[in-house]
Amino acid sequence: MSNGGGRLLALVLAGATIALIAIGTLSPSKTATAAAGGVHFTTSAGTPEAAVRSLGEQIRANAFGRAYEGLANKGEFSEQQFRRDLTSGWPDLRTYATLSDFQVQPLHATDTDAAVRFKMQWSTVVGPSPSTRDLHLVKNGGRWQIEWPIQKEPVVPPQVIPVNYLRWDVINRSSADDWGAQDVEAPHVRIVDMHPVQRAEGLVLLGELLNEDVVPAYVSVTATLLSKDQKPIDTEGSFDDISHQLLPKQVTPFLIRFPNVNISQVGSVRMTPFSTLISASADPVIEIQNEKLNPAPDASLTGQLTNQSGQIANVAHVLGTFYDQSGQVVWVGDQYVDHALLPQTPVAFNIHIPEDLARKVSSERTVVATYSFGGTQ
Amino acid sequence: MRAGIPIFIGGLALGISSALSQTGDLNLPKSIAAGVPFSIQSTGSGKGTLYIVGPGQMIKQDVQLGGSIEIATGALYNAGHYSVWIASDSSTQSGAIDVTPSAKPADLTFIAKPSRLPVSLHNGITGSAYVFDSYGNLITKPMQVSFQLSNPGSAPQTRTVETRNGAAWTQMDSATREGKAQFVARVGDVSSTRIVGQVPGDPCTIKMSAKPAGNKIQLVTDPVRDCSGNAIPDGTIVTFTETYGASKTTVDVPLKKGIASVQVPAHRGATISVASGVVLGNQVRWAE
Repeated sequence: MSNGGGRLLALVLAGATIALIAIGTLSPSKTATAAAGGVHFTTSAGTPEAAVRSLGEQIRANAFGRAYEGLANKGEFSEQQFRRDLTSGWPDLRTYATLSDFQVQPLHATDTDAAVRFKMQWSTVVGPSPSTRDLHLVKNGGRWQIEWPIQKEPVVPPQVIPVNYLRWDVINRSSADDWGAQDVEAPHVRIVDMHPVQRAEGLVLLGELLNEDVVPAYVSVTATLLSKDQKPIDTEGSFDDISHQLLPKQVTPFLIRFPNVNISQVGSVRMTPFSTLISASADPVIEIQNEKLNPAPDASLTGQLTNQSGQIANVAHVLGTFYDQSGQVVWVGDQYVDHALLPQTPVAFNIHIPEDLARKVSSERTVVATYSFGGTQ
Repeated sequence: MRAGIPIFIGGLALGISSALSQTGDLNLPKSIAAGVPFSIQSTGSGKGTLYIVGPGQMIKQDVQLGGSIEIATGALYNAGHYSVWIASDSSTQSGAIDVTPSAKPADLTFIAKPSRLPVSLHNGITGSAYVFDSYGNLITKPMQVSFQLSNPGSAPQTRTVETRNGAAWTQMDSATREGKAQFVARVGDVSSTRIVGQVPGDPCTIKMSAKPAGNKIQLVTDPVRDCSGNAIPDGTIVTFTETYGASKTTVDVPLKKGIASVQVPAHRGATISVASGVVLGNQVRWAE
């Protein structure tokens, strides 16, 4: 290439660079703007709904500073407290979640104040986690501003909590041992209840599994549906609709889904409980308080979890077993609590019950599985 | 690799028999015990090659024809049926020999199942013994195997079983007291020991008491035992359930030092129950 051609190319590249910088400056993307902490989002606050929508967009873009600046009651708490209210101060599911969507529902409005329901859908590593706040808004100088209902994170006083619960460790046989050498026995578990339920989306197997041994067990359940001529139709596992760690004499519900299978196709079911030894601790102990069955509409099991031990449980998985009047399992529901369980600090949970089954539910039993970062507990 | 051995043997036999015009039978024992020395009487003169081919073992050595060929102690040790050839330029001689396991047991593989089980279980423990000679051959000749399960503080259970096809098995009851039992299988002067953990069964009864503790109720169980009087191990989950009106409080508490203890909110008229696994305990009605 000649010198003249090279100069022309350099000029074209320089011109294109300047043009792109100008375009980027004049109309930046929202995420880039939020990251830079600079230019405004859609900040229309002409109506209460618009103000809440604007707040939602800022939270979705992790622009907590901008969101905090626009609040009417920011003098009542710091930006850090606002951020911790949304993303948690302790490592838990919310820490690693993003706001995937939100809905704004007006509840009430006058000329000077309004109430709006703000429904947030957080995406967590274990699935969606909804959260709802009822917001009060006030009109300041023609602009609607939100009074954020701050839920300040409880502070656990510095202290030493002695814990002397049991811990089990496992040493298995060596691979160099003779084939007849003895190994530690797998925990003995037993299915104490099993019941099929036909749902619109397919067949669901519900049941309960008991660790009848004196050692902790890691458990799961697999089921194979057999047709009337004993041919396998489908095999599925309980996945996370079960508490995988069972301490001695502990019972977990389980739920196995068979999508697009009708009970009329099924001749029999082959259940395969699996158990293996696991190193485990009897700590932490979680108290489930104020368990309450709420009738339809929006049938649910609500309550609060209180960590009675000193160790922080970063993730809690609550499983509810619902029984009819005869004591038969009619449904198993679950919820991951997206906030860490701090010692002696209640955290609410809410397990949805399908409307059509809610009328059959007469009693329930709730269990909690907890996980602490750094190892299963 | 294993599939190649029969092909090799077949090829070897075919090659030997087709290459040589004159054949004859070898004079050798029909059967020997594994590892025992023996001799093969050959005919003819000159040099030849001896082949002994059998399951998992092959011997090839140059020999002088017309005399006794000695097979040394321990040279042929894998039990099974062997083909024997002596091949020379002018002749081939063949025969067969069976190598049987040595009559003297040298090793015992003992499988005891399970390694942990509840107390007072009839025929709950199974022991299987397999008897081998010093070369690892399964001794199929019937032998008497004695099994003994020794529990601390009680008389041992003993069974003597004759092996069939090299194996003997038995069943034993677990003891009424928890502890580690020694399960020994013995044949001749060879023995093998396994440890079987006998653990408490389900709780027999669970008795709970309640007393006020500030604005809470302190719930404590009596020491939890099975129906044989063994203490249920620490870590076993005991579930306390307090029902008041339409609400409920549940706590899964592990046993610690033989008892379970927890505080639950005090509600006048509340009904409190206790359970462990499938065993229900008593109920308390809180009137304060």
